[in-house]
Amino acid sequence: MSTPPPPAICDAVELKVPSVTGSLPIVRAAVEKMVLARGADEKEAAAIGLAVDEALANVITHGYGGVPGQPIEIRIETVDKGQGCRLTVHIRDFGRQVDPARIQGRNLDELRPGGLGVHIMRSVMDEVEYSCPECGGMVVRMSRRIGGGRPQVPGVE
Amino acid sequence: MRDTSASVKEIRRSPQATVIVLTGDMDLHHVPAVHPVLLEECARNPATLIIDLGEVGYMDSSGVGVLVHVFQKVKANKGRLRLIRMSPRVRGIFEITRLDRYFVICESEEEALAR
Repeated sequence: MSTPPPPAICDAVELKVPSVTGSLPIVRAAVEKMVLARGADEKEAAAIGLAVDEALANVITHGYGGVPGQPIEIRIETVDKGQGCRLTVHIRDFGRQVDPARIQGRNLDELRPGGLGVHIMRSVMDEVEYSCPECGGMVVRMSRRIGGGRPQVPGVE
Repeated sequence: MRDTSASVKEIRRSPQATVIVLTGDMDLHHVPAVHPVLLEECARNPATLIIDLGEVGYMDSSGVGVLVHVFQKVKANKGRLRLIRMSPRVRGIFEITRLDRYFVICESEEEALAR
């Protein structure tokens, strides 16, 4: 009797969500489900979900200035890379453009609310890159190798 | 679908301390419901404010920001703030942002009262 083929993996998801805070838990859940299915453990999935959540929150708050109902396009994809795979998340908005060189994490020695999102994104993901498309808005591309013995981040045992 | 809205489950006030039990997800979507309640309790100037995070399943930087704001209010009133029963997931964001240096994080209400 022949061996059945392995179940097909979902290696790319595209979402289009409005710029409302209610989109955050939905996108977070999709990202976490996907990375869990690709071999990440729960703690790593939670950390990646947090990074994507922070990027999305920045789009809603800063890119669109809190204006609801504006479009945000998200693409989540995984590519096999030897042991484990590489996760890449693209988030595209059509709001305010900012010089990518000015998007920095802030000094963590200052105890004040706000401004932590970029630091969290850069701490969790291997790469975080912002760009300004010619037709307006911003794109942030974040990637991280998952599975395969990747070094951990705080809170991800 | 499970309701993960952040909310204040319980507030217990005693001469020793005010204990606030939070529940749900403390993210940008949900913290607006919790923030004013926390500030209202800060305005009562408790000597010790204990925030129980045992039922908080998720927190992002907006949730952390609310706790930083509470920290500043309590400190300005010369009070003490203790965070208790933090899950590893919630603890993770405090470590990533290095805010675990500032907050006193305890395992239990008893420990929070003793420290």
